[in-house]
Amino acid sequence: MGNLRDVLSPFTAWKHLIETPVTIRNPIGREAADGYRGFHQNDIEKCIGCGSCEVICQNAAIDMVPVSAPVDGDSGLRPKIDYGRCCWCALCVDVCMTGSLTMSNEYTWVDADPDAFRFIPGVDPKPWDDMEKGYRREGARVLTGAERVEMGELPPEARIDNFDEIVVGYTREQAMIEADRCVECGLCVATCPAHMDIPDYIAAIREGDYDLGLQILYETNPFSEVCGRVCTHKCETACAARHEGDPIAIRWLKRHIVDNVSEDRRLEIVGTPQALPTGRKVAIVGAGPAGLTAAYDLARQGHAVTVYEAQDKPGGMMRYGIPEYRLPYDALDRDIAVIAAQGVTIKTGVRIGREIAMDKLRGEFDAVVLSIGLHIGRSTRIPGTEGPGVEAAIDLLARITAGEEVPVPERVVVIGGGNVAMDIARSMARLQKRKHGAVGVTVTALEDFAHFLADREEIEESFDEGIEIVDARGPQEVVRYKSGKRKGAVKGLRTWAVTSIFDGQGRFAPQYDQGDERLHPADMVVEAIGQAADVSILGEDLTEALEWTRGRLAVDPAGRSSEPWLWAAGDAVHGPDVITAVADGHRVAASVGAMLMAMGEVAR
Amino acid sequence: MIRFEPDRSQYPQPGDDGKLEIDLETGKYLKLWHGPNHPGITGNMSVELTLCGDEVVEGKVHVGYLHRGFEKLMERRTFIQVFPIVCRVCVPEPDFNEWCYAQAVEELAGIEAPEMAQWTRTLILEMGRFNSYMMAMGGIGGALGMGVIGQWMTYVRDLMLDRFEEMTGARIYHMFILPGGVRGHLPEGFAGRMEEVLATAERYLADVDKAMFTNAVFKARTKGVGVIDPALFEPYGVTGPNARAGGVAKDLRKDAPYLVYDQLDFEVVTETASDIWARAMVRRRDIDVSIALIRQILAKMPKDGPVMAKLPNVLHWKIPRGETYVAGESSRGEYGYYLVTDGSGYPRRVNVRGPSYTHAMALLEHLIPGTNIADVAALMVSLHTYPPEIER
Repeated sequence: MGNLRDVLSPFTAWKHLIETPVTIRNPIGREAADGYRGFHQNDIEKCIGCGSCEVICQNAAIDMVPVSAPVDGDSGLRPKIDYGRCCWCALCVDVCMTGSLTMSNEYTWVDADPDAFRFIPGVDPKPWDDMEKGYRREGARVLTGAERVEMGELPPEARIDNFDEIVVGYTREQAMIEADRCVECGLCVATCPAHMDIPDYIAAIREGDYDLGLQILYETNPFSEVCGRVCTHKCETACAARHEGDPIAIRWLKRHIVDNVSEDRRLEIVGTPQALPTGRKVAIVGAGPAGLTAAYDLARQGHAVTVYEAQDKPGGMMRYGIPEYRLPYDALDRDIAVIAAQGVTIKTGVRIGREIAMDKLRGEFDAVVLSIGLHIGRSTRIPGTEGPGVEAAIDLLARITAGEEVPVPERVVVIGGGNVAMDIARSMARLQKRKHGAVGVTVTALEDFAHFLADREEIEESFDEGIEIVDARGPQEVVRYKSGKRKGAVKGLRTWAVTSIFDGQGRFAPQYDQGDERLHPADMVVEAIGQAADVSILGEDLTEALEWTRGRLAVDPAGRSSEPWLWAAGDAVHGPDVITAVADGHRVAASVGAMLMAMGEVAR
Repeated sequence: MIRFEPDRSQYPQPGDDGKLEIDLETGKYLKLWHGPNHPGITGNMSVELTLCGDEVVEGKVHVGYLHRGFEKLMERRTFIQVFPIVCRVCVPEPDFNEWCYAQAVEELAGIEAPEMAQWTRTLILEMGRFNSYMMAMGGIGGALGMGVIGQWMTYVRDLMLDRFEEMTGARIYHMFILPGGVRGHLPEGFAGRMEEVLATAERYLADVDKAMFTNAVFKARTKGVGVIDPALFEPYGVTGPNARAGGVAKDLRKDAPYLVYDQLDFEVVTETASDIWARAMVRRRDIDVSIALIRQILAKMPKDGPVMAKLPNVLHWKIPRGETYVAGESSRGEYGYYLVTDGSGYPRRVNVRGPSYTHAMALLEHLIPGTNIADVAALMVSLHTYPPEIER
């Protein structure tokens, strides 16, 4: 039994009668804590529509809906959120690749229309759009990896006097970590000219299934050895991971797959054409990436393909334009071997227009594909370029590949700021190191470093190798000795500082500061300012018959010229790189194949 | 104490199979559904009572009102996607689910959460325990007609929810303990505001001591009522305060220290009577332990440091084949997650061991016969059970 205290004590509760009530009378309008997870905000300019938020949402509350036209690196989609499903867990905010998606601390919003609670944050205006308080992801992105696995390279001192490949390739462990970072948004697929199934082959790496990876590569690109090394990797500039970290090393991962599938196994996986021979014949002029890709596709459709190549070996610019330290010839040979195994006949050392006329091809074949590339180096035509000691970069590179003797003076100046300029500068540096024991190369480019055309890594590696790069310099004259023993020989390149390259209309019209003049001493000047196609092979009649636009052969979107039997592909019509040429090759092959199919099989 | 002693010869007798023979046709018995819509039921469940007069002769527990298939849902979610689900297994003390799951994933994936995260997790679990006890206190008061206790405790709990809100960004489902760590640091000035809450809580708890524990009615209705024989603890899987009220000094925080409990100073609270009173008292005293622990943690925890370990890309996170059981001392007893992984990106099996499963089903059905209809609510609440963790 309780005592008296047990009876009286409970009455002390009555003291609360005189206390102020603790209830919040009007909860609407109560401000939530600073870090509250309320309604979403989306910085629509920052968002790239990668859809990671949609993937991670375990309630399927997020739909990616189109709000604008897709461009490279932006799908044009934006998340539409259904607040009948959202559980406010903010994983979408944590995983957001750009940091555009955040949450305001607004949690009360009244609307009689249930459909109003399904909207696109940032597109459908809401009162909390500009609110600064709310949930923000703390620190660097933790739900996906931000940092790229560094690629091993030969150190400068080990590579400068030889043409050994610089990039060593990923180990399996490194590739696994790098592949793990991919969020499979597919922005890269849209950007890649050949639309390679990048997330799929990266997934194959994660699974350790290199056979599958190779199979995926060959579905869109028969040049993975090449593209795994020298691709301009537009995909990486579209990569969602680049916004808050490094883009996925897509190019190196591609190379990692081919590194891990032996040549024999590759032939087994890719196989030989399954289609029955159609009896139709296609001639392809030029064994570069576009021509060989078209040859690969057409051969697999069952057509008889003959590729004519003027040089001694197939590969085109991949072999004769890209130095060996970037793309070893045996890697290129492995890619070409798979193509040749499809039954493609490659006739090298045959120059169309000289040994065989175009007319003859037209007569013997059902279709002709012109993929002749850009093998004539353009000149700046500044005073002094006529005469000895001035070379075209593309000629020098081809001669180095062919093993011919090239002049290797102690001082070389290169005009140009693109990748070809870097290729010749670095090739010359290697030859100089061998011959003279020292590097003496200066690259002068119109563009400043902020707008440089060559890849960033090319520039850095060039610096590592002791090459001087002077940006924003406009070439004015190749200065020659006027007297003495060396009369007529190159003395150097005179340049002015560039103040602007394009005029108000965006046309190429460089302006110079003439007061800032320099003479870059040189024994040889190499011009690397662009190339042209050698269309003389077409012959006068055909040239006359064909349509042209601005000096280029006019082709329809499928690559067909105004002559129904003639297609053109690659750098000669589109440019500017291997992967674009591969894409072009596919496009042309589809068009040629469609026509051949319409013609039907040849009666046997 | 005067107790009505019924004439037990009138009661149904067990048949040959040991089960009671209840013939409703005789008119001697009445079936009464206690719940699911009854203020004396804890959460959304019900007890099917068979009454003889005002005495309960049989009680059958019915669950299923809350079944959302959590464990199955988890098997269809990636490892990171399970994270927002787990807290929903238990509304009043969700953080235990978050920690158990995160810890289990970390063990199988070979990840260790940083020290700062370990301390923050401990703080969150104690704050959650405090809140859970607030509901238990209010519940036991309410079940015995003392609604004001529930109002006070709800207010204090709300103050703690304010602290949860500023710390985690949410009031109820905090979703703050992520596999790999926690989502953020404590806000500026958090410890000071927490101290204000704890001081207010102590003031109200002192009132609870006066109004409820020093109360002739409360004592009369709880002492000697709903006694659990300590011999039942093991066969019925009784853990936590329900066992400690029967003199068993078992507490996983002490017996198998997890997080940073080995660096904290506290005693395991026990009572001996094993009745409703003792269970309420254990909880009341454990609140003081929690308050002291929160103060200790805030004083001892590191001021800064990383809160998240490096995770693999969670969008395709695969965890090697393995299994683990992670358990901790929740406010209701041993709370555990059994996680099986098969090397894929999804859990093969997740089993949630909620203490309410044994307490609210087998144990309650065992304790109910022989009680007075008026005591059923108090008995239930004294077991402190939460239905969602039964029906995961």
